[in-house]
Amino acid sequence: MNGAYLGMPAFPRAAAAATRDGRLRANLTHATHTIRDKRARAVAELDDWAQLRAAGAAVKDRTLRHLDHYLEQLEAAVTAAGGQVHWAADAEEANRIVTELVRETGEREVVKVKSMATQEIGLNEALAEAGIRAYETDLAELIVQLGNDLPSHILVPAIHRNRSEIRDIFLAEMGRWGRPAPEGLSDSPAELAEAARLHLREKFLSAKVAISGANFMVAETGTLVVVESEGNGRMCLTLPETLISVVGIEKTVPTWQDLEIFLQLLPRSSTAERMNPYTSTWTGTTDGDGPGTFHLVLLDNGRTDTLADTVGRQALRCIRCSACLNVCPVYERAGGHAYGSPYPGPIGAILTPQLRGVEGALESSLPYASSLCGACYEVCPVAIDIPEVLVHLRERVVEGGEVTRRGTRAVLRPARGHAAERAAMRAAGWVFDRPGVLRAGMRLAARTRRLHPRRLPGPGRAWSQTRELPAVPAESFRDWWQRTRGTGTESARQGGEGT
Amino acid sequence: MSSRDEVLGRVRRALADVPGGERPERVPVRRDYRRVHGSRTAEETVELLAENLADYRAVVHRSDTEGLAVLIRTLLARRGARTVAVPQGLEPWWMAAADAALVEDRAATTARELDTVDSVVTGCAVAVAETGTLVLDAGPDQGRRRITLVPDHHLCVVRVPDQVVGSVPEALARLDPRRPLTWISGPSATSDIELDRVEGVHGPRTLEVILLTGGGAGPLPSR
Repeated sequence: MNGAYLGMPAFPRAAAAATRDGRLRANLTHATHTIRDKRARAVAELDDWAQLRAAGAAVKDRTLRHLDHYLEQLEAAVTAAGGQVHWAADAEEANRIVTELVRETGEREVVKVKSMATQEIGLNEALAEAGIRAYETDLAELIVQLGNDLPSHILVPAIHRNRSEIRDIFLAEMGRWGRPAPEGLSDSPAELAEAARLHLREKFLSAKVAISGANFMVAETGTLVVVESEGNGRMCLTLPETLISVVGIEKTVPTWQDLEIFLQLLPRSSTAERMNPYTSTWTGTTDGDGPGTFHLVLLDNGRTDTLADTVGRQALRCIRCSACLNVCPVYERAGGHAYGSPYPGPIGAILTPQLRGVEGALESSLPYASSLCGACYEVCPVAIDIPEVLVHLRERVVEGGEVTRRGTRAVLRPARGHAAERAAMRAAGWVFDRPGVLRAGMRLAARTRRLHPRRLPGPGRAWSQTRELPAVPAESFRDWWQRTRGTGTESARQGGEGT
Repeated sequence: MSSRDEVLGRVRRALADVPGGERPERVPVRRDYRRVHGSRTAEETVELLAENLADYRAVVHRSDTEGLAVLIRTLLARRGARTVAVPQGLEPWWMAAADAALVEDRAATTARELDTVDSVVTGCAVAVAETGTLVLDAGPDQGRRRITLVPDHHLCVVRVPDQVVGSVPEALARLDPRRPLTWISGPSATSDIELDRVEGVHGPRTLEVILLTGGGAGPLPSR
């Protein structure tokens, strides 16, 4: 692993490797089951959860259907409150803007609040190229950064690591980034957290520039909201002189009142708490309190393309709670890295191919990284019908069709890897149109059933590698029906093939 | 074309399916969720706050106006606090009995100086019973955001029942979005290592809350 999701293999290959990693699977199973059970209890405390969920979805739909209106309103409100707003059409532009803003301060180091958007655009790598060092300050992100690793979960990015692995990383790497880990560091979570506290405090107290994302932006007031637990967010948001927030345009909500929905949905869905330990809200700048300079970088990077797809648009409702990961049987076994982007699990399987386009090998495999069991939809606090979008994207991969790429309409060609599947479906269609052929084929299959291989040869190999082939019964259903209930007229009606 | 125009243009083209005459506020949002969960007397709401604060490992104390100054002194002494940060607008009588040296919250104070301070005493703007949350809005008795962040011990005084609301919707209605807000639910915590909850990473590791009753309850939360 290294710090960017470049050249990630398609999901089946990555998942095949991950499912053989026993330690990873044990860490993941423990973590996802723990949080899944806790979440169910936290949600059960609110008897109006269904109404909150519907309202959350409705507010996001209102925002998305009028996103231009709300973005302009947000820009005006942030500007009026003393902030500066920048627009970035793609990752490269966002990175350029942020790099330039940091350069203007004359600083070579920045502290960062955990942010999905900056991972998505590869900001740390872009800053490093410009000679600027970015320090992740969330404990899990720190573990990932020190381990030269990639995040594997939206909420708990180091979920794939257990305590002894974390201890080893701290002992080996902390010294290279700043204050070394204390000697004799044990693997108790409390001692590890203390080591992180000491290591990072020096960064917080000297940092002049901070970079964050945001969980919500309120169009009406220009208020940004960051939800966190540790206080590293508060440190970054209040101690430095300059604050740069990089936020996806879909994080907008229309009104201050709307936060009453999301501040109930998010903590219970994500950390399974009534409320997370810290939530910070700020509106532009405040004299004498917090950063004197505030920049907001509004990020598109594929979001408007996603918006153009009327089925896939609902993925933009996502509030990044990660509840869908914790209930997903595929995520639980494959782990987050297999999804090849900062957005793992079910939401990643629909968000990543939409943000990047389905043309790549990884992106075209992601809509298949699901059993379509529907648990993700049930648990989603903004009711994203993830299975519906998955099926829609599968169709896009196989059939091609009209898509929007970087704001321009384009016609996508059917994926090449699916030629065999299409040929098989065409052949099946021909057979199903000819009952006599179908019956003959079924009888042949039944009579040769002892000779069938357990794995398919040729193009069917990949499919049968991960599945049991269905056993062929000694007698087909049609023959059984004919024998037990048949009137004897069916064969005459359907082609005259005698029994 | 500027990127602003580019992005807004893409948004408009992407929304070709939305009827031109549709006004944003006409897209229906049913707010049939509860304003507050369950019905409680003011006293019961304060009880619920105390319960939920404690559930998230805040230490809860109770006092009336008579006993407050002594309680604050006792709690600071128990921590061995020698220096205490105080917001400029804190009621002077709260700290009247304290032995510790007071460090007034000033813009010129550096974060490093604040890092040497043992404790901080503040009021709050609103407290939310259902979630066990204190909300600070940087009002005169709460000071700059950083004073409740850098010292390791935060002592927060909540006037009950005036400053206590039942729910998150009720809290937001009382708060002014133009002020910087900090919502605090228990001490700093992390669950990043095997989802084991550990209190205290960067924010104060100890949060103590004094529920203050009686005696000219003081001003309503600032708006």
